[in-house]
Amino acid sequence: MIEDEKLTAREEKVSPLKLNSVQYVVALLLVVLLAGLWRLQVVSADNYRVLAEQNRVRKVPIMAPRGKIFDREGRLLVDNYASISCYLLREPARDWDADLPMIAQGLHMTVDQIQYVLRRYQFAPKYQPIPLKQDLSPDEVAFIEAHRNELPELETLDEQRRLYPNGGFAAHLIGYVGEISENDLNKEKYAFYQAGDVVGKSGVEATYDAVLRGRDGSRDVVVDSRGREVGQLGQEDPVPGKDLRLSIDLDLQMTAEKAMEGKTGAMVAMDPHTGEILAMVSRPTYDPNQFAVRLTKDYWNKILNDPDHPMMNKTIQAQLAPGSTFKIIMSYAGLEEGVAQDMHVNCAGGGTFFGHFFACDKHHGGVDIQHAIPWSCDTFYYTLAERLQIDTIAKYATSVGISQKTGIDLPDEATGTMPSTAWKLKNFHDKWYAGEVISVGIGQGAVQASPIQLARALSGIASGGALKRPHVILDGQVPQEYQQAILDTYPGSGNKQISLKPENWQIITDAMAETTVTGTAAAVHLQGIDFAGKTGTAQVVNHSAGATSLGTGNARANAWFVGMAPRRNPDIVVAVLVEHGGWGAEAAAPLGARVVNAFVEKQRKKAGNLIKVAETPKPATPLETAAKKEESVTN
Amino acid sequence: MRRFSSFRDFDWVLLGFVLLLSVISVFEIYSATLHTKFHGFEKKQLEYLAVGLVLMFIVSLIDYHQLLEIVPWAYGASILALIGVAAVGTRVLGAKRWIKFPGGIHFQPSEWIKLVLVVAVARYFWSLGGRDLTWKDIGKAFLLVGIPMLMVLKQPDLGTALTYSPILICGLFLGGIRFKQAAILILGFLLLVGGVWRTGKLLKPYQKARLTNFINPDNDPKGSGYQIRQSLIAVGSGGVWGKGATKGTQTQGDFLPIPYTDFIFAAFCEEHGFVGALGVLLLYFLILMRLIQNAQTAPDPPGTFIVMGIVAIIIFQMAVNIGMVIGFMPVTGIPLPLMSYGGSSVLFTFMALGIVMNVRMRRFVN
Repeated sequence: MIEDEKLTAREEKVSPLKLNSVQYVVALLLVVLLAGLWRLQVVSADNYRVLAEQNRVRKVPIMAPRGKIFDREGRLLVDNYASISCYLLREPARDWDADLPMIAQGLHMTVDQIQYVLRRYQFAPKYQPIPLKQDLSPDEVAFIEAHRNELPELETLDEQRRLYPNGGFAAHLIGYVGEISENDLNKEKYAFYQAGDVVGKSGVEATYDAVLRGRDGSRDVVVDSRGREVGQLGQEDPVPGKDLRLSIDLDLQMTAEKAMEGKTGAMVAMDPHTGEILAMVSRPTYDPNQFAVRLTKDYWNKILNDPDHPMMNKTIQAQLAPGSTFKIIMSYAGLEEGVAQDMHVNCAGGGTFFGHFFACDKHHGGVDIQHAIPWSCDTFYYTLAERLQIDTIAKYATSVGISQKTGIDLPDEATGTMPSTAWKLKNFHDKWYAGEVISVGIGQGAVQASPIQLARALSGIASGGALKRPHVILDGQVPQEYQQAILDTYPGSGNKQISLKPENWQIITDAMAETTVTGTAAAVHLQGIDFAGKTGTAQVVNHSAGATSLGTGNARANAWFVGMAPRRNPDIVVAVLVEHGGWGAEAAAPLGARVVNAFVEKQRKKAGNLIKVAETPKPATPLETAAKKEESVTN
Repeated sequence: MRRFSSFRDFDWVLLGFVLLLSVISVFEIYSATLHTKFHGFEKKQLEYLAVGLVLMFIVSLIDYHQLLEIVPWAYGASILALIGVAAVGTRVLGAKRWIKFPGGIHFQPSEWIKLVLVVAVARYFWSLGGRDLTWKDIGKAFLLVGIPMLMVLKQPDLGTALTYSPILICGLFLGGIRFKQAAILILGFLLLVGGVWRTGKLLKPYQKARLTNFINPDNDPKGSGYQIRQSLIAVGSGGVWGKGATKGTQTQGDFLPIPYTDFIFAAFCEEHGFVGALGVLLLYFLILMRLIQNAQTAPDPPGTFIVMGIVAIIIFQMAVNIGMVIGFMPVTGIPLPLMSYGGSSVLFTFMALGIVMNVRMRRFVN
């Protein structure tokens, strides 16, 4: 071969320098690789050890059972039941997207529903399992068990779920729980919550969530790369949520629920000595059990589109004209100002003020304060309002908590409205016209109050000016700092003492007692019980006072009643609102009377004194009590 | 006058280092496959090693000058084989790399072409007689390596194709490329890469993902980012002393991808720590130094070229594989010579060593 000659011709050596330089290149390369290894294995080893553990060890939550809720006597209101949920693990190195149709079929979901859940959790850490479906049926659990190998990304978890009373019993008070919303997650209050957590959404469940929820525990489970459990390292036991005792009396609540059956409105009963809520009913109601598991669209739409707002807790959220119940506050203002005592008004079925005729529903003839309350004479209060002027009325009304939150420990309490010159200027950039005060005198016009505000205000006046902050749980159940946090979260006018002269106190309370004897609420007179109260019939459409017709349908007047027993320093106050109920005396007062009666009977039963007293006990007047006290002091 | 070579001149020291590394490799393959369906691969690796040793001795008996003589035919046969793969090859996971023979034997020509190219490049540069390279010489060298490289690239098998490049670079370097020429080539290469990078920037994300899949389609079911991440965790969590043999959580828990082939070094680092890794790198250093020494003592330039071509391939594969394991390099699917499991890799390495032995045994010839 020609090439052969060439091959033998070349005998030059390759330069040793070049070969040496390759040796240096090798050495340099190995040093670089060693440096990389040093960085990983010596400098950052601890970081990577943590990551390796995170890979291998997964925290599987052990759900803490939520605290149960009892009534004031320890009777169970809200329980838990065991339930199984399905979670999806997104970390395993497998293409679970392809499994979605199979998963959807087995869990009776649609692929769209699953993808919606996935989207919701797309920013959650990958190692965190995401809840696919709650409260699995036995065949769904069987599906997951049977497909452990094909669908290792599915995991079941034992959970405790809420079991609420049936039929929406006390639903607004208790509230319900649900998965935390994205909005809530951004709030400071929920800083330590994460997506998927079940939280109280309303009522007691929301306010006392931190107490009720306890702390979830966890198991440290060793898994392989497919997420299969191959061992367990340790376990942190869950701390169960704390049980709560509400101030609610189950018996009274049942009476109230029955009384409100089929009505639209609200009823709240409170112990004016302490502010403890004894019963709280809002109608229409909803079934919180439907919210405990994933809500069906139909039910949600039904609730959402109901014109009567079933989700609204009307005892604290309804803001309506208080009607004649406001006359107690008017009387308080008039008496304290020294105006009402000597006022004598001739009611000729109304009167003319500022050139307009304002009607009263009857010809009451000569009326003084002692008769104006039980008769609910509008003409008297038109006159009183004219003489007091709006800002004086507003001052007294505000002092008893109108246009202020009461500070009850439930979310989303309404404020209400008390008109005044300042209020008008601020909200309407207009001056107050003197004539507008007339309708305010009978609780119409722009005055708006909730049942809880009226219950607190009227019972506060009946308690000699001691107003309490309403609350729904018994004292001493939550840590002091948490109690303080709740007070800060739900600010309001709270506990306070307003000035009320004893003689004025006596006039108002005696007159309220007279209401159930000879006054507007005589029909609901409770034999043997010192029962006092005030009815109200508030126009809905035409806020100008004096319209004598009740209206019909949605234009029908709202019926109010605030009753209490005994008349002074009452042990119970009940505020009743029946929307579009018509006359307060007919639609609302009987309901309130039933609850007051049930309360007194229970008290007497407990005291072993069931014999009905034939004669209504006549309480000592404040003046007599004061004299007695002085006597005992001098003795 | 050619003296018959004797096994006294065989490089027993080199073989000792190589076998030590192979034993380490077998133990690590055992550990990495312990809890998987690939359990038992260490025994197959032992079989490959045995066959490899036999092949090495046989090859060491063949005078490398004979190889130099027949290499044009071998080169032609290689090109034909690649054409055959493209025409009748078996498609595995989207890539045509294999020719299937009756009896279940799969033949992957691209592995063996490495050896052919080493010898072909040695012969080519020897034929130039050590003169300063002209641009025409350089162009021919590029064609010599570039033609099979492009064909393998089209299979597609970027990893193997890339391992051809160090043969060319080594040849040019030793063959006398001038500094100016090298500078121009490097500059041109950088501009080319830069241009590709820029167009890469213009690409849509899914196209980029396709590029990644192109680099290594079969080993990349969950994205190369996941593999690198798991590899870094494995290496890093090994720490200084390692977690102990068969005790690597990343390796045993199946988090580390293919821990017996491409990522075997990560598995080793996890279980034996920085100290173990240092030992293995030291072994590579000794093996490479020994090889380069053999290149220096080669009786003639083609002997040096052949040994250095093999050195270049080993350096390249080692740097790319370990670089990948510790996050310096992208995932390319290049195995670690002498450690990764696999018949082709083992047989290639030992045949290459056989040639090196032959070169060494002839150092006093002539």
